[in-house]
Amino acid sequence: MLNSQNTEEKVNGVLRWIKTIPGRIISSIVILAVTFLILQQGYLFLSRGQAHKLVQILVAIIWGVGGIAMLFWVTNWVAEQLPKKWTRRLQPFIFVGPAILMMGWFLAIPVVRTFVASFRSAYGTSWVGLQNYVYAFTDARMLETFRNNLLWLVFGTSFSVGFGLLIAVLADRSRWEVIYKSIVFTPMAISFVGAGVIWKFIYTYKGEGIGIHEIGLLNAIVTALGGTPQPWLSLAPWNNFFLIVIMVWLQTGYCMVIISSAIKGVPTELLEAARIDGATEVEAFFKITIPYIQGTLITVITTVVIFSLKTFDVVRVMTGGNNGTNVIANEFYLQSFTYSNAGRAAAIAVILLLAVTPIIVNNLRQFNKGRKGF
Amino acid sequence: MSKKGYQSQKKASSFVVNFVLIVICVIWTVPTLGVLITSFRQSEDIFRSGWWTVFPHKEDVQTGEITLDSTVDVNGPITIDGVTATFEEWRQGITLSDGRTIQWYGNKRTRKLTVTEKEWVGFSTNLTLKNYIDVIGGKTITFKDGAGNTITRQGNNLGDAFLNSLAVSIPGTVIPILMAAFAAFGFSWLNFPGRNILFTVIVALLVVPLQSALVPILQDFVKMGLNGTFLGIWLAHTGFGLPLATYLLFNYISSLSRELLEAAYIDGASNFTVFTKMILPLSVPALASFAIFQFLWLWNDYLVALIFLGEKNRVVTFALASLVGEKGQDWHLMTAGAFVSMILPLLVFLLLQRYFVRGLMAGSIKG
Repeated sequence: MLNSQNTEEKVNGVLRWIKTIPGRIISSIVILAVTFLILQQGYLFLSRGQAHKLVQILVAIIWGVGGIAMLFWVTNWVAEQLPKKWTRRLQPFIFVGPAILMMGWFLAIPVVRTFVASFRSAYGTSWVGLQNYVYAFTDARMLETFRNNLLWLVFGTSFSVGFGLLIAVLADRSRWEVIYKSIVFTPMAISFVGAGVIWKFIYTYKGEGIGIHEIGLLNAIVTALGGTPQPWLSLAPWNNFFLIVIMVWLQTGYCMVIISSAIKGVPTELLEAARIDGATEVEAFFKITIPYIQGTLITVITTVVIFSLKTFDVVRVMTGGNNGTNVIANEFYLQSFTYSNAGRAAAIAVILLLAVTPIIVNNLRQFNKGRKGF
Repeated sequence: MSKKGYQSQKKASSFVVNFVLIVICVIWTVPTLGVLITSFRQSEDIFRSGWWTVFPHKEDVQTGEITLDSTVDVNGPITIDGVTATFEEWRQGITLSDGRTIQWYGNKRTRKLTVTEKEWVGFSTNLTLKNYIDVIGGKTITFKDGAGNTITRQGNNLGDAFLNSLAVSIPGTVIPILMAAFAAFGFSWLNFPGRNILFTVIVALLVVPLQSALVPILQDFVKMGLNGTFLGIWLAHTGFGLPLATYLLFNYISSLSRELLEAAYIDGASNFTVFTKMILPLSVPALASFAIFQFLWLWNDYLVALIFLGEKNRVVTFALASLVGEKGQDWHLMTAGAFVSMILPLLVFLLLQRYFVRGLMAGSIKG
């Protein structure tokens, strides 16, 4: 009894001391130091990498997740020890600051640095003016990537959105809508690398000869129909389309889900009225449904267009950009890491950025229009 | 058209509608099904025949053998079972009217012909888990090719890659979400100078392609020794994921009830308490949908992992891509590897699809 009273007094004493000014300063420093030490020790443990793999992974996860929570808690605690006026001024930046710093470090500033680098030489040692851009817009390799990206953009987008629309409309009329939609949607969970393996297996080619059975589905079908098997992925320029099929396979589900929910928003009275007035299903679709979901269609198309411009993984894994299948993002990768030409790589990156600029401008305009109480 | 007429039209089209949808769904499923089945077949079977042969089908099965006696002149026309043809024609194989195919085996001196017939073959293929064990483990492995030769390879250690992917994806999801939630709260409920311009910049950053940021960041990472570390890739994914996360969470958090928060402030709660005790619990649906979105994106990411982690801490996409690069014909390993890389995102996706769709709708502004 006496003992616990004693501890209580001691605790109260400590709490009172913390509230004094020197107490606040010293405890803040101690807490910051302890936080730093914990994070540093975790980092050192991970970079030594001697423990069992499973232990390392567990520590990494706890350290990463716990570390970020601790940082927020500690910086906020320290800020709250300051005089009220300062706390109020500083606290918003403790909340917003980390996100702003990260976006600055990883997006805003690098974009500017890339822009500057695009006017410099291969190793960034001297200014070369527009030379990298001249290369980007005249070199045969680059022109090939532009052509291919255009194919991706036009065919990838139109087939993804087209199939998405078709499936959304048809499934809307079927009793088994949920099943159909799940099947088409599921590839969205698969990585482009995984999808690459799946489709590479479809296109695989064993060569010709007696006793050879094609194990790739496409060649087996072609052989069964009396044709000769083909090395599909080396057949320029058609191989581009075999790659685009993969994107369509992955992206249609996305288009379908978004479009489908828009279609469900079309008022049934409107459609009924059109039918009573004698419109056929096709007419009702084009005259009512399409105009009604126009906004959604534009959003979906924009998203898929951006996707097709940045396409990389599929090409990298399937062909490495060989046999006339190179795309902008892969050329960027090659220039950066294989040919070590930082200047050209930067110019290519800037071109990609310019390609999406209209979308950025549009986003900003929409945002400015939409905010009122901001 | 009367209502009745419309309904009969709908019924008539229902068959066509379902037929088209079933065809589409079959096309969408078969590629994955083929890989799934192949991943469970024995390597020598995979090299020898297509995966569809695991289903009952008609196949050429050898049913007999004919040996010509030495009196037959192999250089002239040869008559077997009433059919006369030259050696070259027999070499190509001739199908008789009763369905049997007779083909010369080897060169002229063998004097041997094989008789094959189309017969039904059932579910005869031996299924195995060996491909998965081989591709997940990191030890030396052996397997048989189509001709029955034993081949030795270094394993791909996809098990380790799987753990690495977890170590990348879990903190890589939690860190940006926590930062974005704090920031979204700050932007929607706190006043500070530069608020408007900073948020406008975030909106502008939504669709910036990663390519225009990668190289300068890599330079920083190399200088700071962060290249190849988990911390490095968490930071990178945080930076890249934050604009969308902040934007989505801002939309959600700024729409929360003003009265509720004001009541809390009047009771003397600090900003931090309001955030942790009220904002976070209320935002769980939005946090969950972005978390699934970000987790799938990180798990399936190849580009960022390729540049910032590479060989040092191989994630599943990287390991699978190098498997394709190094062993492009080892379908037993590639198909099993593909499924190892797909299993977790598929589970997350199928179990939490509702949240994912919600995030997708909100996030369709980004690419």
